Amino acid sequence: MIAFAISSVLLLAGLGLALRRVIVGPTPFDRVVALDLIGGLCLCLIVMFSIFFDQGVLLDSAFAISLVSFLGTVAFARYLGRGETK
Amino acid sequence: MSILVAICMVLGAFFGFVAALGVNRMPDFYMRMHAATKAGAFGAGLMLLAAALHFGSVRATVTAVGIIVLFYLTTPVAAQTISEVAYRKGVKLWPKSGRNQLAEDEEPSGDR
Repeated sequence: MIAFAISSVLLLAGLGLALRRVIVGPTPFDRVVALDLIGGLCLCLIVMFSIFFDQGVLLDSAFAISLVSFLGTVAFARYLGRGETK
Repeated sequence: MSILVAICMVLGAFFGFVAALGVNRMPDFYMRMHAATKAGAFGAGLMLLAAALHFGSVRATVTAVGIIVLFYLTTPVAAQTISEVAYRKGVKLWPKSGRNQLAEDEEPSGDR
């Protein structure tokens, strides 16, 4: 049980720090990378819940999150990279 | 709950926290991108390994290993795409970065 408490505190602190970078990020690329990290941390949180409640089906939602996070990052990269370079 | 599952879970959460810390503390976009993708993927992999060890069933193990493989295939692609676009758009390197090999490679041809 103490392991769940430690993991929850670490993951929530990580989510807060990543959210700070999303808010203050100097460039849009910083925000995209921080949002990608938030997706990964949410995946960690869902897998931790899956272990805590002993529900194996929650792993499928982690699968969906990993897919959507990748596609979102690549789509943002293509969107920010349009137009002239430099 | 076995002790191995607890260790993997806490280590995964710790590496996720380290990734977020690096995203906040690193001086440069490229270093922040590096911290987020490498440590974040490692933390997620450890957490999914804990889930696979906890459930022990074939279905959960296949799902967890599938997510790990997918994550380790897609995260470098996303990081490379976003950092190349950032470089082309003129995001500056940290002034104390030693050298810029991409600029050195592109200098002689000069057709970029």
